[in-house]
Amino acid sequence: MSIAIELPHAKRTLANGLDVLVHEDRRVPIVAVNLWYHVGSKNERAGRTGFAHLFEHLMFEGSEHHNGGFFMPLQQAGALLNGSTNADRTNYWEVVPTSALELALWMESDRMGYLLPALTRERFETQRDVVLNERRQNYENRPYGMALMALSSALFPPEHPYHWLTIGAADDIRAMEFEDVRAFFRTYYHPANASLSLAGDIDTGRAFELAENYFGEIPAGGRPEPVHAAASLPREVRLVFEDRVELPRVYMAWHSPAMFADGDAEADLLADLLANGKTSRLYRTLVYDKRIAVDVSAYQHSREIGSFFLLASTAAPGQSLTEIVAIIDERIQHLADEGPVEQEMERGIAQAEAHFMYRLQTVGGFGGKSDQLNAYNVFRGDPDFFAGDLDRYRCATPTTVRNAARSYLGFDRRVLLSIVPRGQAALALPGSEPVSVS
Amino acid sequence: MAVDRSRLPVPGPDPSFHFPQIVRHRLGNGLKVRTVEHPGVPVVTFVIEIDGGLGADPAGHEGLASLTADMTDEGTGALSAIDVSDALARIGAEYDVEVGADATMFTLTTLARFAERGARLLSDMLTSPSMREADFERVRQLRLDRLRQLKDVPPAVAERAFLKLLYPSHPYGHLAIGSDASLRALTLDAVVQFHETTFRPRRATLVVTGALPHGDLLGVAQHAFGTWTGEQRALDVAAAADFVPHANSSPHLAIVPREGAAQSELRIGHLSARRGTPDYAPLLVMNAILGGQFVSRINLKLREEKAFTYGARTGFDWRRGVGPFSVQTSVHTAATAESIADTLQEISGLRDSRPATAQEMSLAQASLTRGYPRNFETAQQVARSVAQLALFDLPDSYFEEFVPKVNAVTADEVTRVARTYLDPSRAIALIVGDRKATEESLAALGLGELHVLPPTG
Repeated sequence: MSIAIELPHAKRTLANGLDVLVHEDRRVPIVAVNLWYHVGSKNERAGRTGFAHLFEHLMFEGSEHHNGGFFMPLQQAGALLNGSTNADRTNYWEVVPTSALELALWMESDRMGYLLPALTRERFETQRDVVLNERRQNYENRPYGMALMALSSALFPPEHPYHWLTIGAADDIRAMEFEDVRAFFRTYYHPANASLSLAGDIDTGRAFELAENYFGEIPAGGRPEPVHAAASLPREVRLVFEDRVELPRVYMAWHSPAMFADGDAEADLLADLLANGKTSRLYRTLVYDKRIAVDVSAYQHSREIGSFFLLASTAAPGQSLTEIVAIIDERIQHLADEGPVEQEMERGIAQAEAHFMYRLQTVGGFGGKSDQLNAYNVFRGDPDFFAGDLDRYRCATPTTVRNAARSYLGFDRRVLLSIVPRGQAALALPGSEPVSVS
Repeated sequence: MAVDRSRLPVPGPDPSFHFPQIVRHRLGNGLKVRTVEHPGVPVVTFVIEIDGGLGADPAGHEGLASLTADMTDEGTGALSAIDVSDALARIGAEYDVEVGADATMFTLTTLARFAERGARLLSDMLTSPSMREADFERVRQLRLDRLRQLKDVPPAVAERAFLKLLYPSHPYGHLAIGSDASLRALTLDAVVQFHETTFRPRRATLVVTGALPHGDLLGVAQHAFGTWTGEQRALDVAAAADFVPHANSSPHLAIVPREGAAQSELRIGHLSARRGTPDYAPLLVMNAILGGQFVSRINLKLREEKAFTYGARTGFDWRRGVGPFSVQTSVHTAATAESIADTLQEISGLRDSRPATAQEMSLAQASLTRGYPRNFETAQQVARSVAQLALFDLPDSYFEEFVPKVNAVTADEVTRVARTYLDPSRAIALIVGDRKATEESLAALGLGELHVLPPTG
């Protein structure tokens, strides 16, 4: 049975190029304000990494007409707010009581139009140190925390912007100059490079009026050049990293289709049927039946100019990564030869349908309806893709999933990273080269 | 019309908020049922709250409640563990188990059209799990392996060590997962017995919320759980909440060494209040001012002024018995001692020299109350909130009364509760970090001898 799952909305583009998206949902007296700037760490250059994310921190330190912390007035109005940066975009959001919508729009528009006069060297330097602590907490002081850094730098060549992580290199962060802030803001933070989404307890006409009122006066700015970069991996690369961990873990990474490209949804389904839940092929074999691994996971990291498919499994005490990899390879080969069975497809599509439905439950925050509309608008140029997105999964067949396994999960073009306890490099897969990340 | 940028727009009056009606039922077997209609997205959530959490673990068998809860999706009737996983996936269910100090909470969310199937499956899993030896061995081994991995996770090491320091010889003094020794001591018989005595309809409350009328929600509950039987067998341990913690003889300063650590993971606090305290509302306001939100004294000091950390938060870990108030943060190693000193100074300040200002009061109250409705956007949020009423024996009017109660708190009350419930002289500061790099400056804090704890906390 096919159920209708929709995310109705309206779109208008202001004269200065700002896209405005509105979705009405009057169930709770709140409105979500969600603003995307089409800039992320992929707009950075080698040696200057981590800047887009540091800049996001600066957006919370004040603007010309509210020269103080961004949180205070919004917290006073009962708002929840946050922001985040990834390789492809930076987002900022507030969820406010209906009565405080104009306050949120005033604040967002002030930092879009008038950030620089409030930015001081002192604020810049403080946030640079906060970011260094964020990096220590989330990467350096966390077991397996450096894995993605090692994988990204092996999958993508040094000039490719996915070569580095959004958090950036510690040395690059320390070397950042206050003067660089100005140019970055002028290049990326303006209406023509942004998308504003309002969802919740609001009338569509009123929402457009308010958007025009608060953002219409901001000069358009130019659209930044799109980033183009290609990457391929013509061979298998084996790496080892010694870390403060108890159990060895192996990561496998492959290049895979870009976000929304043909094969991207199939890669998602592949990840599910390989490693999501006890019924998945790899969990069942490695963790449930043979008990040689304590976990296994797979994920299609969908990105704007090229994705990667990541599989990881941690060895049970005393078990070898070599044996785990042999079994994973055998299971992948089987999938590439035979394809999934009907039952697996039914299950995967049932889960996709339910998850799309769950995505309609919240108006704001990360992953809420306002955020989803912006994702479709920024990455596809058209917010009207919620139902189409689900259709990508509904249209997948055993054949297309099998073909995805054949096309993307080749053994001769992947990165294999072993992360092993310090001093036990011998536990890595044979032939692994030590990798240095810090 | 040009925007007036000379001043911030002043928000209008708060929109009115009413929590949806909670309808109470009791099934013939004694199971308490609460239904709440949540129209909109065709989704339904079931939450079952069962009395008995980690505090019910017998001494030496820490981890029993949690492992028992974990066995619920390892097979029931003709279904193997794999089959259960498959059945959950086929209805797109999200299934979650949370073992708290006093109770265990099972949550299942599915599409409204699968409500019957979801309820039936949840009932089978909880009331008649297969409890096979092979599954028990596998699940226990995975937990032992998980414990081993947690040794490298600083926040987990800190939580474990901090609980031990807060609650010496008390049923709350351990993590739900237990310890290596206690997990090895567990048997399937102990699990089966714990399940038999704890998973009883009279000890449980089922909350059903979703896009269906009350009658249908109740019908689904009745159909799936009406046949759940089991005579009441009292647990042979007293409720953990009734144990009075010892007058604390724990050290004030302790470290779990982690050589070369990039940061020091910190916990600073002491036992403070029960969830049932009549001072709950003033304590929430006090916490918001001190460290419960971004704009709060401790976060502004440690992050925005000194850049020692990515963030610092304070909070109460609410339990039926006395629970802790604590600060949680992770700071640059070189800033370890100064962060502890600053934190204690902020706590003292709120008690004595720097009471809450009018502006802080207004900010804390507004942030707790004005956005309150957003906590009830999804069926799952509503169901879990209603389950909290059962857990802490709160009235159904609780959500309606929350906003006026918080808004009625005065600055004097905040000072009073800060003096009553916070006491820097009783605080325990725990560090998971580099000992060599910090011990000299820690000694200068005047918190007494630095106790060095084993690596497992």
